[in-house]
Amino acid sequence: MSGDTFKLIIYISFGAILMNNFVLTNFLGICPFLGVSKKLNSAVGMGLAVIFVMTIASVVTNLTNTYLLIPNNLEYLQTLAFILVIAGFVQFIEMFMKKVIPPLYKSLGIYLPLITTNCAVLGVALLNVQNEYNLWQSALYGASAGAGFMLATIIFAGIREGLDLNDVPKYFKGLPIALITAAFLSMAFTGFKGIFG
Amino acid sequence: MKNRSLQELSKGIFKENPTFILVLGMCPTLAISTTAENAFMMGIAATAVLVLSNLIISLLRKLIPDSVRIPVYITVIAGFVTIVQLLMKAFLPELNEALGIYIPLIVVNCIILARAEAFAGKNNPWYSFLDGLGMGLGFTLALTIIGTIREFLGSGSIFGLEIIKNIPMPTLFITPAGAFLVLGMLMALISALTHRKTEIKDCSECPMQCMSKDEKGKC
Repeated sequence: MSGDTFKLIIYISFGAILMNNFVLTNFLGICPFLGVSKKLNSAVGMGLAVIFVMTIASVVTNLTNTYLLIPNNLEYLQTLAFILVIAGFVQFIEMFMKKVIPPLYKSLGIYLPLITTNCAVLGVALLNVQNEYNLWQSALYGASAGAGFMLATIIFAGIREGLDLNDVPKYFKGLPIALITAAFLSMAFTGFKGIFG
Repeated sequence: MKNRSLQELSKGIFKENPTFILVLGMCPTLAISTTAENAFMMGIAATAVLVLSNLIISLLRKLIPDSVRIPVYITVIAGFVTIVQLLMKAFLPELNEALGIYIPLIVVNCIILARAEAFAGKNNPWYSFLDGLGMGLGFTLALTIIGTIREFLGSGSIFGLEIIKNIPMPTLFITPAGAFLVLGMLMALISALTHRKTEIKDCSECPMQCMSKDEKGKC
Protein backbone atom coordinates (compact mmCIF):
# COMPACT_ATOMS: atom_id res chain seq x y z
CA MET A 1 0.00 0.00 0.00
CA SER A 2 1.46 3.32 -0.99
CA GLY A 3 1.58 6.36 1.25
CA ASP A 4 -1.01 8.19 -0.82
CA THR A 5 -3.57 5.42 -0.53
CA PHE A 6 -3.05 5.33 3.23
CA LYS A 7 -3.50 9.09 3.44
CA LEU A 8 -6.70 8.86 1.43
CA ILE A 9 -8.08 6.12 3.69
CA ILE A 10 -7.41 8.23 6.78
CA TYR A 11 -8.83 11.32 5.09
CA ILE A 12 -12.08 9.66 3.97
CA SER A 13 -12.76 7.75 7.18
CA PHE A 14 -11.84 10.44 9.73
CA GLY A 15 -13.58 13.05 7.59
CA ALA A 16 -16.88 11.16 7.58
CA ILE A 17 -16.75 10.12 11.24
CA LEU A 18 -15.47 13.25 12.97
CA MET A 19 -15.04 16.41 10.88
CA ASN A 20 -18.09 16.13 8.68
CA ASN A 21 -20.17 13.89 10.89
CA PHE A 22 -23.12 12.73 8.87
CA VAL A 23 -25.77 13.57 11.43
CA LEU A 24 -24.32 16.56 13.22
CA THR A 25 -22.92 18.56 10.32
CA ASN A 26 -24.68 17.20 7.23
CA PHE A 27 -28.06 16.64 8.92
CA LEU A 28 -28.56 13.33 7.15
CA GLY A 29 -30.43 10.69 9.13
CA ILE A 30 -31.94 13.08 11.66
CA CYS A 31 -35.10 11.06 12.02
CA PRO A 32 -33.53 7.75 13.17
CA PHE A 33 -31.04 9.81 15.19
CA LEU A 34 -33.81 11.51 17.17
CA GLY A 35 -36.32 8.68 17.11
CA VAL A 36 -34.30 5.62 18.07
CA SER A 37 -31.70 7.09 20.39
CA LYS A 38 -33.74 6.87 23.57
CA LYS A 39 -32.03 3.69 24.77
CA LEU A 40 -28.35 2.85 24.50
CA ASN A 41 -29.02 -0.75 23.37
CA SER A 42 -31.23 0.18 20.46
CA ALA A 43 -28.77 2.91 19.47
CA VAL A 44 -26.05 0.27 19.09
CA GLY A 45 -28.30 -2.03 17.05
CA MET A 46 -29.47 0.83 14.87
CA GLY A 47 -25.91 2.05 14.37
CA LEU A 48 -24.72 -1.36 13.19
CA ALA A 49 -27.68 -1.63 10.81
CA VAL A 50 -26.87 1.80 9.39
CA ILE A 51 -23.19 0.92 8.81
CA PHE A 52 -24.32 -2.26 7.07
CA VAL A 53 -26.93 -0.61 4.83
CA MET A 54 -24.74 2.36 3.94
CA THR A 55 -21.80 0.18 2.90
CA ILE A 56 -24.01 -2.00 0.74
CA ALA A 57 -25.86 0.99 -0.70
CA SER A 58 -22.56 2.64 -1.61
CA VAL A 59 -21.36 -0.47 -3.43
CA VAL A 60 -24.55 -1.18 -5.37
CA THR A 61 -25.11 2.43 -6.37
CA ASN A 62 -21.49 2.77 -7.47
CA LEU A 63 -21.86 -0.32 -9.66
CA THR A 64 -25.20 0.92 -11.03
CA ASN A 65 -23.71 4.27 -11.84
CA THR A 66 -20.50 2.97 -13.45
CA TYR A 67 -21.88 0.07 -15.45
CA LEU A 68 -25.45 1.05 -16.19
CA LEU A 69 -26.03 4.80 -16.10
CA ILE A 70 -22.77 6.32 -17.38
CA PRO A 71 -22.30 4.02 -20.45
CA ASN A 72 -25.87 4.78 -21.54
CA ASN A 73 -25.72 8.54 -20.83
CA LEU A 74 -28.46 8.23 -18.25
CA GLU A 75 -26.82 10.12 -15.40
CA TYR A 76 -29.87 12.31 -15.01
CA LEU A 77 -31.78 9.24 -13.77
CA GLN A 78 -29.39 8.84 -10.82
CA THR A 79 -31.84 9.80 -8.09
CA LEU A 80 -34.56 7.50 -9.37
CA ALA A 81 -32.23 4.58 -10.11
CA PHE A 82 -30.41 4.85 -6.78
CA ILE A 83 -33.51 4.86 -4.65
CA LEU A 84 -35.03 1.87 -6.42
CA VAL A 85 -31.78 -0.12 -6.38
CA ILE A 86 -31.19 0.57 -2.68
CA ALA A 87 -34.76 -0.26 -1.69
CA GLY A 88 -34.76 -3.48 -3.71
CA PHE A 89 -31.39 -4.60 -2.44
CA VAL A 90 -32.09 -3.96 1.21
CA GLN A 91 -35.40 -5.76 0.96
CA PHE A 92 -33.62 -8.74 -0.56
CA ILE A 93 -31.06 -8.76 2.26
CA GLU A 94 -33.79 -8.53 4.85
CA MET A 95 -35.55 -11.57 3.40
CA PHE A 96 -32.27 -13.47 3.13
CA MET A 97 -31.34 -12.64 6.73
CA LYS A 98 -34.73 -13.69 8.05
CA LYS A 99 -34.47 -17.12 6.39
CA VAL A 100 -30.78 -17.89 6.83
CA ILE A 101 -29.52 -16.08 9.93
CA PRO A 102 -32.52 -15.51 12.25
CA PRO A 103 -30.45 -14.39 15.30
CA LEU A 104 -28.82 -11.64 13.26
CA TYR A 105 -32.22 -10.66 11.90
CA LYS A 106 -33.55 -10.29 15.43
CA SER A 107 -30.79 -7.95 16.56
CA LEU A 108 -30.20 -6.05 13.33
CA GLY A 109 -32.94 -6.79 10.83
CA ILE A 110 -35.72 -5.03 12.68
CA TYR A 111 -33.99 -1.72 12.00
CA LEU A 112 -33.58 -2.36 8.28
CA PRO A 113 -37.03 -1.20 7.11
CA LEU A 114 -36.61 2.00 9.11
CA ILE A 115 -33.50 3.06 7.25
CA THR A 116 -33.89 1.55 3.80
CA THR A 117 -34.64 4.76 2.04
CA ASN A 118 -34.07 7.60 4.43
CA CYS A 119 -32.08 10.63 3.46
CA ALA A 120 -28.83 9.34 5.00
CA VAL A 121 -28.68 6.31 2.71
CA LEU A 122 -29.60 8.15 -0.48
CA GLY A 123 -27.34 10.99 0.67
CA VAL A 124 -24.29 8.76 0.93
CA ALA A 125 -24.92 7.43 -2.58
CA LEU A 126 -25.20 10.96 -3.99
CA LEU A 127 -22.13 12.19 -2.11
CA ASN A 128 -20.09 9.28 -3.49
CA VAL A 129 -20.94 10.47 -6.99
CA GLN A 130 -20.33 14.13 -6.12
CA ASN A 131 -16.91 13.32 -4.64
CA GLU A 132 -16.08 11.06 -7.61
CA TYR A 133 -15.15 8.10 -5.41
CA ASN A 134 -14.36 4.77 -7.07
CA LEU A 135 -15.70 1.44 -5.82
CA TRP A 136 -13.50 0.87 -2.74
CA GLN A 137 -13.51 4.54 -1.82
CA SER A 138 -17.32 4.54 -1.97
CA ALA A 139 -17.52 1.46 0.24
CA LEU A 140 -15.12 3.04 2.74
CA TYR A 141 -17.03 6.32 2.72
CA GLY A 142 -20.32 4.48 3.23
CA ALA A 143 -18.96 2.47 6.16
CA SER A 144 -17.34 5.56 7.73
CA ALA A 145 -20.48 7.66 7.34
CA GLY A 146 -22.40 4.86 9.06
CA ALA A 147 -19.80 4.72 11.82
CA GLY A 148 -20.15 8.50 12.25
CA PHE A 149 -23.90 8.06 12.59
CA MET A 150 -23.37 5.30 15.15
CA LEU A 151 -20.94 7.39 17.20
CA ALA A 152 -23.28 10.38 17.29
CA THR A 153 -26.33 8.24 18.11
CA ILE A 154 -24.60 6.37 20.94
CA ILE A 155 -23.32 9.56 22.59
CA PHE A 156 -26.74 11.13 22.16
CA ALA A 157 -28.52 8.10 23.64
CA GLY A 158 -26.19 8.22 26.64
CA ILE A 159 -26.95 11.88 27.24
CA ARG A 160 -30.67 11.33 26.88
CA GLU A 161 -30.72 8.45 29.35
CA GLY A 162 -29.26 10.91 31.85
CA LEU A 163 -31.62 13.66 30.71
CA ASP A 164 -34.64 11.54 31.65
CA LEU A 165 -33.70 11.96 35.31
CA ASN A 166 -33.54 15.74 35.07
CA ASP A 167 -36.26 18.29 35.57
CA VAL A 168 -36.68 19.83 32.13
CA PRO A 169 -38.82 23.02 31.82
CA LYS A 170 -42.37 22.11 30.83
CA TYR A 171 -42.41 23.36 27.25
CA PHE A 172 -38.92 22.06 26.52
CA LYS A 173 -39.88 18.44 27.18
CA GLY A 174 -39.67 16.04 24.25
CA LEU A 175 -38.34 17.35 20.96
CA PRO A 176 -37.08 20.86 21.95
CA ILE A 177 -34.64 19.65 24.59
CA ALA A 178 -33.48 16.84 22.29
CA LEU A 179 -32.67 19.40 19.57
CA ILE A 180 -30.83 21.64 22.01
CA THR A 181 -28.82 18.66 23.27
CA ALA A 182 -27.97 17.88 19.65
CA ALA A 183 -26.84 21.50 19.24
CA PHE A 184 -24.28 21.12 22.03
CA LEU A 185 -23.13 17.79 20.62
CA SER A 186 -22.74 19.40 17.21
CA MET A 187 -20.71 22.23 18.76
CA ALA A 188 -18.40 19.66 20.32
CA PHE A 189 -17.90 17.96 16.96
CA THR A 190 -17.03 21.30 15.36
CA GLY A 191 -13.86 21.03 17.44
CA PHE A 192 -12.59 18.27 15.16
CA LYS A 193 -12.53 20.59 12.15
CA GLY A 194 -9.09 21.56 11.04
CA ILE A 195 -7.35 18.42 12.28
CA PHE A 196 -5.75 18.07 8.84
CA GLY A 197 -5.09 21.78 8.53
CA MET B 1 -67.48 23.22 -1.37
CA LYS B 2 -65.73 26.54 -1.29
CA ASN B 3 -65.24 26.23 2.44
CA ARG B 4 -63.65 22.82 2.11
CA SER B 5 -61.26 24.11 -0.57
CA LEU B 6 -60.13 26.91 1.70
CA GLN B 7 -59.76 24.49 4.57
CA GLU B 8 -57.58 22.07 2.60
CA LEU B 9 -55.37 24.95 1.55
CA SER B 10 -54.99 26.62 4.92
CA LYS B 11 -54.55 23.57 7.15
CA GLY B 12 -51.00 22.96 5.89
CA ILE B 13 -49.96 26.51 6.62
CA PHE B 14 -51.09 26.73 10.25
CA LYS B 15 -53.02 23.92 11.93
CA GLU B 16 -51.03 21.06 10.42
CA ASN B 17 -47.81 22.87 9.54
CA PRO B 18 -45.49 20.08 8.30
CA THR B 19 -42.41 21.40 10.09
CA PHE B 20 -43.69 22.88 13.33
CA ILE B 21 -46.69 20.68 14.06
CA LEU B 22 -46.26 17.42 12.12
CA VAL B 23 -42.44 17.53 12.58
CA LEU B 24 -41.63 16.04 9.17
CA GLY B 25 -38.72 16.65 6.79
CA MET B 26 -36.16 17.68 9.39
CA CYS B 27 -33.07 17.12 7.19
CA PRO B 28 -33.58 20.00 4.72
CA THR B 29 -35.10 22.18 7.45
CA LEU B 30 -31.87 22.07 9.41
CA ALA B 31 -29.41 21.93 6.53
CA ILE B 32 -30.68 24.58 4.14
CA SER B 33 -31.80 27.28 6.59
CA THR B 34 -28.41 29.06 6.73
CA THR B 35 -29.80 32.02 4.79
CA ALA B 36 -33.37 33.18 4.25
CA GLU B 37 -33.01 33.07 0.47
CA ASN B 38 -31.75 29.47 0.32
CA ALA B 39 -34.45 28.39 2.74
CA PHE B 40 -37.16 30.11 0.70
CA MET B 41 -35.98 28.61 -2.60
CA MET B 42 -35.72 25.14 -1.06
CA GLY B 43 -39.30 25.54 0.13
CA ILE B 44 -40.45 26.58 -3.35
CA ALA B 45 -38.68 23.60 -4.96
CA ALA B 46 -40.30 21.20 -2.48
CA THR B 47 -43.68 22.88 -3.00
CA ALA B 48 -43.44 22.41 -6.78
CA VAL B 49 -42.69 18.71 -6.36
CA LEU B 50 -45.40 18.31 -3.73
CA VAL B 51 -48.13 20.00 -5.79
CA LEU B 52 -47.31 18.09 -8.99
CA SER B 53 -46.88 14.69 -7.34
CA ASN B 54 -50.09 15.12 -5.33
CA LEU B 55 -51.95 16.01 -8.52
CA ILE B 56 -50.61 13.10 -10.58
CA ILE B 57 -50.98 10.55 -7.77
CA SER B 58 -54.55 11.66 -7.21
CA LEU B 59 -55.33 11.32 -10.93
CA LEU B 60 -53.80 7.83 -10.98
CA ARG B 61 -55.20 6.72 -7.64
CA LYS B 62 -57.72 4.29 -9.12
CA LEU B 63 -55.17 2.73 -11.48
CA ILE B 64 -52.42 2.03 -8.93
CA PRO B 65 -52.67 -1.44 -7.33
CA ASP B 66 -52.66 -1.15 -3.57
CA SER B 67 -49.75 -3.53 -2.97
CA VAL B 68 -47.24 -1.57 -5.06
CA ARG B 69 -48.51 1.92 -4.31
CA ILE B 70 -45.47 3.08 -2.30
CA PRO B 71 -42.91 2.24 -5.04
CA VAL B 72 -45.21 3.88 -7.60
CA TYR B 73 -45.52 7.03 -5.46
CA ILE B 74 -41.74 7.17 -5.06
CA THR B 75 -41.20 6.79 -8.79
CA VAL B 76 -43.62 9.64 -9.52
CA ILE B 77 -41.98 11.85 -6.89
CA ALA B 78 -38.47 11.01 -8.12
CA GLY B 79 -39.54 11.92 -11.66
CA PHE B 80 -40.68 15.40 -10.59
CA VAL B 81 -37.59 15.90 -8.43
CA THR B 82 -35.43 15.12 -11.47
CA ILE B 83 -37.35 17.69 -13.52
CA VAL B 84 -36.90 20.35 -10.82
CA GLN B 85 -33.22 19.47 -10.51
CA LEU B 86 -32.62 19.76 -14.27
CA LEU B 87 -34.50 23.08 -14.47
CA MET B 88 -32.50 24.44 -11.56
CA LYS B 89 -29.21 23.32 -13.09
CA ALA B 90 -30.14 25.07 -16.33
CA PHE B 91 -31.60 28.34 -15.05
CA LEU B 92 -30.35 28.83 -11.48
CA PRO B 93 -26.90 27.21 -11.43
CA GLU B 94 -25.71 29.19 -8.36
CA LEU B 95 -28.68 28.12 -6.30
CA ASN B 96 -28.25 24.55 -7.48
CA GLU B 97 -24.68 24.70 -6.21
CA ALA B 98 -25.79 26.11 -2.84
CA LEU B 99 -28.54 23.56 -2.26
CA GLY B 100 -26.38 20.67 -3.50
CA ILE B 101 -27.56 17.16 -2.68
CA TYR B 102 -30.56 18.48 -0.75
CA ILE B 103 -32.42 18.98 -4.03
CA PRO B 104 -32.32 15.30 -5.07
CA LEU B 105 -32.97 14.44 -1.42
CA ILE B 106 -36.46 15.97 -1.78
CA VAL B 107 -37.37 12.47 -3.00
CA VAL B 108 -36.96 11.06 0.48
CA ASN B 109 -38.48 14.08 2.21
CA CYS B 110 -41.12 12.51 4.34
CA ILE B 111 -43.65 15.34 3.84
CA ILE B 112 -44.13 14.50 0.18
CA LEU B 113 -44.62 10.76 0.53
CA ALA B 114 -46.70 11.24 3.66
CA ARG B 115 -49.11 13.55 1.77
CA ALA B 116 -49.32 11.10 -1.14
CA GLU B 117 -50.15 8.27 1.24
CA ALA B 118 -52.42 10.15 3.63
CA PHE B 119 -54.20 12.46 1.19
CA ALA B 120 -53.60 12.28 -2.55
CA GLY B 121 -54.15 8.52 -2.75
CA LYS B 122 -57.64 8.97 -1.30
CA ASN B 123 -58.95 12.34 -2.49
CA ASN B 124 -59.87 13.98 -5.77
CA PRO B 125 -57.30 15.95 -7.81
CA TRP B 126 -58.58 19.41 -6.86
CA TYR B 127 -58.36 18.84 -3.11
CA SER B 128 -55.05 17.02 -3.53
CA PHE B 129 -53.68 19.99 -5.45
CA LEU B 130 -54.80 22.38 -2.68
CA ASP B 131 -53.47 20.07 0.02
CA GLY B 132 -50.08 19.94 -1.72
CA LEU B 133 -50.03 23.70 -2.18
CA GLY B 134 -50.99 24.36 1.45
CA MET B 135 -48.47 21.90 2.86
CA GLY B 136 -45.77 23.22 0.53
CA LEU B 137 -46.45 26.82 1.56
CA GLY B 138 -46.44 25.79 5.21
CA PHE B 139 -43.06 24.14 4.72
CA THR B 140 -41.75 27.20 2.84
CA LEU B 141 -43.01 29.52 5.59
CA ALA B 142 -41.37 27.45 8.33
CA LEU B 143 -38.07 27.21 6.44
CA THR B 144 -38.07 30.92 5.70
CA ILE B 145 -38.73 31.80 9.36
CA ILE B 146 -35.85 29.60 10.52
CA GLY B 147 -33.61 30.87 7.71
CA THR B 148 -34.38 34.52 8.50
CA ILE B 149 -33.63 34.05 12.21
CA ARG B 150 -30.37 32.23 11.53
CA GLU B 151 -29.22 34.67 8.86
CA PHE B 152 -30.04 37.69 11.02
CA LEU B 153 -28.40 36.36 14.18
CA GLY B 154 -25.46 34.83 12.36
CA SER B 155 -24.52 37.53 9.87
CA GLY B 156 -26.73 40.54 10.63
CA SER B 157 -28.59 40.52 7.33
CA ILE B 158 -32.00 39.44 6.05
CA PHE B 159 -32.41 38.08 2.51
CA GLY B 160 -28.86 39.30 1.82
CA LEU B 161 -29.71 42.85 2.90
CA GLU B 162 -27.25 44.08 5.51
CA ILE B 163 -29.05 45.42 8.57
CA ILE B 164 -26.48 45.42 11.30
CA LYS B 165 -23.09 46.72 10.29
CA ASN B 166 -19.90 47.15 12.29
CA ILE B 167 -21.04 44.81 15.06
CA PRO B 168 -19.59 41.28 14.91
CA MET B 169 -22.46 38.78 14.98
CA PRO B 170 -22.23 35.33 16.61
CA THR B 171 -21.41 33.09 13.64
CA LEU B 172 -22.55 30.15 15.74
CA PHE B 173 -26.00 30.60 14.23
CA ILE B 174 -24.91 29.79 10.70
CA THR B 175 -23.01 26.70 11.84
CA PRO B 176 -24.81 23.33 12.09
CA ALA B 177 -25.05 23.70 15.87
CA GLY B 178 -27.01 26.92 15.36
CA ALA B 179 -29.57 25.05 13.27
CA PHE B 180 -30.33 22.62 16.09
CA LEU B 181 -30.39 25.46 18.63
CA VAL B 182 -32.76 27.73 16.69
CA LEU B 183 -35.14 24.90 15.80
CA GLY B 184 -35.12 23.64 19.41
CA MET B 185 -36.00 27.11 20.72
CA LEU B 186 -38.74 27.57 18.09
CA MET B 187 -40.21 24.16 18.93
CA ALA B 188 -40.32 25.13 22.61
CA LEU B 189 -42.04 28.39 21.65
CA ILE B 190 -44.59 26.52 19.53
CA SER B 191 -45.36 24.09 22.33
CA ALA B 192 -45.78 27.02 24.74
CA LEU B 193 -48.18 28.73 22.31
CA THR B 194 -50.20 25.59 21.57
CA HIS B 195 -49.98 24.28 25.15
CA ARG B 196 -48.90 20.80 24.18
CA LYS B 197 -45.79 18.74 24.32
CA THR B 198 -43.89 18.33 21.05
CA GLU B 199 -43.26 14.62 20.86
CA ILE B 200 -40.30 13.13 19.07
CA LYS B 201 -41.56 11.43 15.95
CA ASP B 202 -40.47 7.89 15.34
CA CYS B 203 -39.30 7.18 11.79
CA SER B 204 -41.81 4.36 11.64
CA GLU B 205 -44.46 7.00 10.97
CA CYS B 206 -42.97 7.68 7.57
CA PRO B 207 -44.61 5.52 4.90
CA MET B 208 -41.23 5.21 3.17
CA GLN B 209 -40.39 2.10 5.15
CA CYS B 210 -43.41 0.29 3.75
CA MET B 211 -41.40 -0.31 0.60
CA SER B 212 -39.72 -3.21 2.28
CA LYS B 213 -42.57 -4.43 4.41
CA ASP B 214 -45.47 -5.26 2.18
CA GLU B 215 -45.07 -9.03 2.01
CA LYS B 216 -48.59 -9.52 3.25
CA GLY B 217 -49.81 -6.79 0.98
CA LYS B 218 -50.44 -4.46 3.86
CA CYS B 219 -48.61 -1.67 5.58
